[in-house]
Amino acid sequence: MSDANNATTAPNSALAAERAEDEYTGPMLAADGTPLKRSLNRALRRQKISALLLIAPLLIFVLVTFIAPIADMLFRSVENQIVQDTLPRTTTELKNWDSEGGELPDQTVYKSLYQDIYVAQERKLHTRLGSRLNYELTGASSLFRKSGRGVDDIGEVYQDQFEDLNAFWKKGENWNDVLGSDAWLAAMNDWKKASGDAQPPFEMRDGIADILPQTADYYSIFADFVQNEDEDNLYKEDPWPLIYSAFYDDLTGPTAEQVATYAGPGATELAEAAAAAPSFATVDYMDAFADIDKDWVELPIWQTIATYSPKFTNGYFLNAVDMQKTPDGPALRPEDERIYWTLFKRTLFMSVCITLSCILLGYPIGWILANLPARTANLLMILVLLPFWTSLLVRTSAWKVMLQQQGVINDTLVWLGVVADDSRLALINNQTGTIIAMTHILLPFMILPLYSVMKTVPPSYLRAAKSLGATNWTAFWRVYFPQSVPGIGAGSILVFILSIGYYITPEIVGGRTGTFISNRIAYHISSSLNWGLAAALGAILLAVVLGLYYAYDKIVGIDNVKLGG
Amino acid sequence: MADTSATNAFVEFERVQKSYDGENLVVKDLNLSMPKGEFLTMLGPSGSGKTTCLMMLAGFETATHGDIRLDGKSINNIPPHKRGIGMVFQNYALFPHMTVAENLSFPLEVRKMGKSDREEKVKIALDRVQMGDFGGRRPAQLSGGQQQRVALARALVFEPELVLMDEPLGALDKQLRETLQFEITHLAHELGITVVYVTHDQTEALTMSDRVAVFENGRIQQLAPPDLLYEEPENSFVAQFIGENNTLEGVVKEIKGGTCLVQLDGGGLIEAKPINVTQAGERTRVSIRPERVEFNKDRMPDGAHTLKAEVLEFVYMGDIFRTRLRVAGTDNFIIKTRNAPDQVRLKPGQQIEIGWLAEDCRALDA
Repeated sequence: MSDANNATTAPNSALAAERAEDEYTGPMLAADGTPLKRSLNRALRRQKISALLLIAPLLIFVLVTFIAPIADMLFRSVENQIVQDTLPRTTTELKNWDSEGGELPDQTVYKSLYQDIYVAQERKLHTRLGSRLNYELTGASSLFRKSGRGVDDIGEVYQDQFEDLNAFWKKGENWNDVLGSDAWLAAMNDWKKASGDAQPPFEMRDGIADILPQTADYYSIFADFVQNEDEDNLYKEDPWPLIYSAFYDDLTGPTAEQVATYAGPGATELAEAAAAAPSFATVDYMDAFADIDKDWVELPIWQTIATYSPKFTNGYFLNAVDMQKTPDGPALRPEDERIYWTLFKRTLFMSVCITLSCILLGYPIGWILANLPARTANLLMILVLLPFWTSLLVRTSAWKVMLQQQGVINDTLVWLGVVADDSRLALINNQTGTIIAMTHILLPFMILPLYSVMKTVPPSYLRAAKSLGATNWTAFWRVYFPQSVPGIGAGSILVFILSIGYYITPEIVGGRTGTFISNRIAYHISSSLNWGLAAALGAILLAVVLGLYYAYDKIVGIDNVKLGG
Repeated sequence: MADTSATNAFVEFERVQKSYDGENLVVKDLNLSMPKGEFLTMLGPSGSGKTTCLMMLAGFETATHGDIRLDGKSINNIPPHKRGIGMVFQNYALFPHMTVAENLSFPLEVRKMGKSDREEKVKIALDRVQMGDFGGRRPAQLSGGQQQRVALARALVFEPELVLMDEPLGALDKQLRETLQFEITHLAHELGITVVYVTHDQTEALTMSDRVAVFENGRIQQLAPPDLLYEEPENSFVAQFIGENNTLEGVVKEIKGGTCLVQLDGGGLIEAKPINVTQAGERTRVSIRPERVEFNKDRMPDGAHTLKAEVLEFVYMGDIFRTRLRVAGTDNFIIKTRNAPDQVRLKPGQQIEIGWLAEDCRALDA
């Protein structure tokens, strides 16, 4: 028994080595006395560095063009800063409002809303917020558009009264004189627009923020906007109506008494305005907004704004699973508004169908290819790969020609008398069409791994099984099939993951009932521009795929997947 | 060719031909008959048709013409799984997704044997090849020799009367091969099974078999027990193929009685035993085994024809000495001498005379 002999001699030599090692108990040392581990690491470091350098270009490319955009896109599924950024004052005020109390917010909220929307409409940001809130509340988009046009009128009430009181308040330069610092005014005088130099940035007069706090606040926003966004001469621009309303608030508010301490330019006009202001006609902001649109005095828009005030939201994700935020927490949408759950189910179901049909059609081909002589197999392999050389769009469009009601297949069936002319089969623009076309397109991804795995199963296994008494079927099922399972696994993973995210083919042949979740994602990316929802749907899709992959690993074992070899 | 007409034949090939492409015959007119319990080896260079014969017997190839009979019944139309022939493959063909025990249990399962019977038989079969402790392992966890033992056990577990082995030891190292050769023959005789063994290793063929069929070019060149095959090759192919052999070419000068005189092309006249020559004037190839050549004058047989020779090379091989000589125009004449205390060690350049017994020297076909 030389086997046994070998087995006994090997442990003996190992034992001897162990004994020699026993005498020295510390770590193994290299010839020069450094610990063996360290010198090994040093020897390997060069290899590691060169390996890293070799993959570095691809790694950077992938990080920049793949990982980063995906991370950014996924971040959009929870990001929600637009509400807070566009309506900073309103969202702060709304924190104190009880959204479930059934009462409208108070005047201060409406006033903040006026201020926010005014600034936003000057910057043309209100429509974007409208579109964002429209995802949650239909009509919000037009409401904000309308309000953007309407807010001009609100401030004009005060503007007119101040201007009637004294024409001094009409002119932008007078406002600059009162609010701007002397140094800035001097710099402004020296500046010529034609010179091409940058306009001196607006500087607040010392102490004016104590006297006219809100006016100073909004004026600096105004100045910033004129100078930096419109790039106009601040001296020639008349202030926004919003400034007049703030001015009125300052003159009648708690800092009114401070006005007397002002002694700069226009002090007399300011004193006059301070005296007159208390008797001005005032604006009821709530009524003003009610005039713009009745929706402003209803609860839903306020609840929506309050719900979406935080910087981050799970709203997109709730939306993606057919739920919505309500004052009582997340709840399912009404039955007729649920689409995504159906789409996810349909996508999974159809992907499974496509994968199964690919296995059924691909397995025999893989078998034939693996068992033919190399020359013939190569020729057939070219036929299998032929679809890869044709544009995806061409192939899909070809299916459209083949499958339509007046198409080749239906014509042939009618001609053969299999179906009646008036009951032609609906093979396209539905699930059948998508499954047929996608099975055809993804088939090579099943055949290739199947072939390369089957190629490694020697024919002698089948012969052995038969010589042991197994019928053809038993030999196949008990011996050959289990060994081809890794190929089925690899092919299935490829086909399933490709099909679950497929877009073009379902878009073209899917019609209304044969589209996938990816078509919806594409719609939100390019048409409805609801990127947050698209990102949430994408994130869920990614999670589903990873989940299935994990389950596959647990059930089948990922080391049971072979692409060949 | 030997006893084709034997009535007690267990395996019989009758006028079997096989062609793969319709143009060339891989097996040409094969006639062979084996009694039960025989260990027969098909030996031949690759492409000689020996494996094809085995595959036809197993049922994986169909004969183009002729009849193959097993135990008196023609099996031409019986599918492989109904032939009940055990088979051991060159690469073992152990099913990698089953354990050793499952591999052995497989042929019993497809024969619908009960679970307890199966387990018992598997255990006996594994013990028989000293692999009793390895039932739970996967084939990939075994060494080549162990896999071969399991393959052997699997081919025997369903108690076939005929077992075919297709170069089963080809992938093993020399030492292990020799051990297993011994084990296989031992097992075959112990169980009384009939074995058809295919190999291209002549040592294996000679040491294991009851009879050896030497294949060349689709034909059996000689079918004989190992000793006859080695000592009395019937043609020059067999003489060349089996063991080491010296050949000298020449023309038959005269045939009388049991001997003939051959005039060598390279000069010299020798006496030989006529095997494939019938008349004077025929070309012939004279064959003589290296160990039957004598150069020691004291031991030279009486009346032996001698030839002059020059020593070209002396190789010390341990148990024997191998000396290359220039004889009658050929540089490749080998003699082998046993390493004994009184043995002469020849030196290159030395001139000697060599001779042999006429009956050790066979005049074969040219």
